[in-house]
Amino acid sequence: MSIRALLSIALFFIAVQARALTAVEVKGIAFGESEARIEALNKAVASADEKTAAFFQAIADEAVKVAGEQVVIVRDGKAFDPVSGAALALPDGLEDLMLNNRLRGELDSALAALKLFSPDAKVRRAAIKQMQSDADDSKLPLIEKAYAAEQDAQIKAELGLVRAAALLNSPDQARRLEAAGLLAASRQANTKTVLIERLQNETEPEVKAALRSSLREVEAALAWGDRLGALFSGISLGSILLLVALGLAITYGLMGVINMAHGELMMIGAYATYVVQGLFQKYAPGAFDWYLLAAVPVAFSASALMGAALERGVIRFLYGRPLETLLATWGISLMLMQLVRSVFGAQNVGVENPSWMSGGVQVLGNLSLPYNRLVIVAFAACVLLGVAVLIGRTRLGLFVRGVTQNRPIAACMGVNTARIDTYAFALGSGIAGLAGCALSQVGNVGPDLGQGYIVDSFMVVVLGGVGQLAGTVYAALGLGVLNKFLEGWAGAVLAKIAVLVFIIIFIQKRPQGIFAMKGRSAEA
Amino acid sequence: MQRRFTLKALTAAVALSGLSALPAFAADTIKVGILHSLSGTMAISETVLKDTVLMAIDEINAKGGLLGKKLEAVVVDPASNWPLFAEKTKQLLTQDKVDVIFGCWTSVSRKSVLPVVEELNGLLFYPVQYEGEELSKNVFYTGAAPNQQAIPAVDYLMSKDGGGAKRWVLLGTDYVYPRTTNKILRAYLKSKGVKDTDIDEKYTPFGHSDYQTIVADVKKFSAGGKTAVVSTINGDSNVPFYKELGNAGLKAKDVPVVAFSVGEEELRGVDTKPLVGHLAAWNYFQSIKNPSNDEFIKKWGAYAKAKNIAGHKDKPLTNDPMEATYIGINMWKQAVEKAKSTEVDKVIAAMAGQTFKAPSGIVSKMDEKNHHLHKSVFIGEVKADGQFNVVWKTPGPVKAKPWSPYIEGNDKKPDEPAKK
Repeated sequence: MSIRALLSIALFFIAVQARALTAVEVKGIAFGESEARIEALNKAVASADEKTAAFFQAIADEAVKVAGEQVVIVRDGKAFDPVSGAALALPDGLEDLMLNNRLRGELDSALAALKLFSPDAKVRRAAIKQMQSDADDSKLPLIEKAYAAEQDAQIKAELGLVRAAALLNSPDQARRLEAAGLLAASRQANTKTVLIERLQNETEPEVKAALRSSLREVEAALAWGDRLGALFSGISLGSILLLVALGLAITYGLMGVINMAHGELMMIGAYATYVVQGLFQKYAPGAFDWYLLAAVPVAFSASALMGAALERGVIRFLYGRPLETLLATWGISLMLMQLVRSVFGAQNVGVENPSWMSGGVQVLGNLSLPYNRLVIVAFAACVLLGVAVLIGRTRLGLFVRGVTQNRPIAACMGVNTARIDTYAFALGSGIAGLAGCALSQVGNVGPDLGQGYIVDSFMVVVLGGVGQLAGTVYAALGLGVLNKFLEGWAGAVLAKIAVLVFIIIFIQKRPQGIFAMKGRSAEA
Repeated sequence: MQRRFTLKALTAAVALSGLSALPAFAADTIKVGILHSLSGTMAISETVLKDTVLMAIDEINAKGGLLGKKLEAVVVDPASNWPLFAEKTKQLLTQDKVDVIFGCWTSVSRKSVLPVVEELNGLLFYPVQYEGEELSKNVFYTGAAPNQQAIPAVDYLMSKDGGGAKRWVLLGTDYVYPRTTNKILRAYLKSKGVKDTDIDEKYTPFGHSDYQTIVADVKKFSAGGKTAVVSTINGDSNVPFYKELGNAGLKAKDVPVVAFSVGEEELRGVDTKPLVGHLAAWNYFQSIKNPSNDEFIKKWGAYAKAKNIAGHKDKPLTNDPMEATYIGINMWKQAVEKAKSTEVDKVIAAMAGQTFKAPSGIVSKMDEKNHHLHKSVFIGEVKADGQFNVVWKTPGPVKAKPWSPYIEGNDKKPDEPAKK
């Protein structure tokens, strides 16, 4: 970053009369009332040199500390003087520089204004994006200069919109009119903000009309982003529901075990992820970003082992007695929760997103898709594919299907049905563990994690049709999208109720779910 | 056979649950009831308050006890189950015969306890910020009333330093506290000239974990002008909410979110780096620097280590409700000493005007009449390490107004609980 900043400043020297950063300026920016500090900041921008830019960058990186009246930049445990750049002894009693949102905003736009002159197109782009939300008269000279100097046609167009947004408040009516017309091409949400604000203050009818028509165009463009966003969030919710229900589709759907501890198996997967994260933090901090890859198999095995132990220890004695299974697994779920509470504490534990999963990709002006959601959608697809192949194409899958369809015949054929039961249950549990691993990236990791999902997962499996993997997929995605569209329209509370009502009515009309088992096994 | 087994199990269960309630027949102790959820959704927040009371009891006992007697804690677990709160209260007051109860977090649990405490003339100290609209002779409220938290926070966001917000999203969990607080805030915002179309009120169920739609809506709403979000989301829903906020790229400098139920403890499970600059309004922050807070944090750290409290033994965190609990029990102790008795009516009379040097740096005073503390209000911004950086505070303590003037009809209500 600092190299880019330096480069940008090299160009900036040519553009603006540069003057060295002074100790007075540093003090003015660091101490006092916000109003005065912002004034000092804007003054320093106007005559910025490389030291000023480095100082701003340091503030933005939270590397600037104060000790009494002294202001120092601390990087890698070493202190530097912001004015001279000389290394200093680390002063005692260092405190963070006091910043609030307003100062942070001003600082960001000041930095962005400096970066408009960067030779790196990417940096310029980012700076333009930053400036869109806070272009104002004070930055206009800088913007004009950058606009005139810009060579890249596309960036120039983007910069033109920033310029237009800044011009919108110009006292000259003709320029305002021109700016209002130009902004119709924008696809950014903050253009709408700018237009609405101007519309409220505008008095000239001609400009007002231009503003209105631009606003309409921008809004129409934004509406598409909203619709796609709702669809994506539905798919994302659906993928989570799918992950959560897929394990249950095996243990409940195929094997017929009403497993109330399914949620707790997810929780174990999430805690396994947490433990792996802790190990990486301790022993391999350099590879921290990839801890999730290691966590996936660990979460799977932890839950699968727990599932196998459950099946061998409890559930196998209860086959064919659904009520007892329900009570026993419910008791087990309580025990597992208490176990986790005793080991890890009642509080939630923090599972961090790896840095490549934070943030999102900007698709449209007002639509950005968060990486963690995208990753989970892809992950759910992979797990689904894996399960489909395992059940449909492998020997183990054949046995599982055989045992669920007709246990005595399968046993006659020499299949060790008891072992297959264990494997199948462990597989279902392991998938629950994978779901837990995924959930740790979007939600809470605490002892109660599973409780929130157990109802949802049963809902999906029952709606999809017990015993059908394909039904689970359709039900999960369908419920996800339906829920999100209802939520956008009626709010989260009503949406939840509406979905429940829908499921009740659906099950009344079609008790076998979306897909019914056909053939003889249906009666079994 | 089966029925006999069930009967046996039932008897065993009853015997087991009775065990914890066995009254200890030591006449030379003063009993203190602790009524905080140690399991269920609220355990996250409430467990630590139980430990705070225990720490204060240890501290008082180490200094020779109260009126020459030792304090004895009676801990019960209402398990985040609102009706169970009332049952446990009854048990504490009639079987264990405790002299005072420290407990509750959610308003719905307090509402459940209230009739029991009033009927049996017990004494409850409630340590959490709440929506007001309540005043009972038998309850002391050591958390903030709306005018000690919500209103100043909104004022700050409207100010230039807070960003000069013009549009508001009032976002909460769907129960009595957020609904009432938002009713007060809506009336307040209207009195400041904010139009109804510029206020968007939204609720989510307890334990909601998918905030995609909400965050997308906030984003959309904020395109219409400078927007601030007032969050009364309670419990662990906050984690997915803030995660979504960070990932959606809604920065604090564009759309600041001020939260009333998010403190140091709630942020423990969150990666706070994308949240830097979002706000919380409280009457205490761990980051406040003064000798009595240093001492409080040190004490808590040592206690957590000694008692091996999960999480806190490695990274002790303090927060506002802990401070309020600590003030409450110390004031109660002072009142008992003043009254020379633990009798509820005498203690209530002695509580009026009690003062205590609070960790927040002020001398906290119990109002002479309205059973609420005078409190300073702080607004803090989240820092990258999960602590708060105080960006604004009131010049001095503010007197609580449990009956908010922004709710119709409240102007006629007296500022003290009705005498029996």
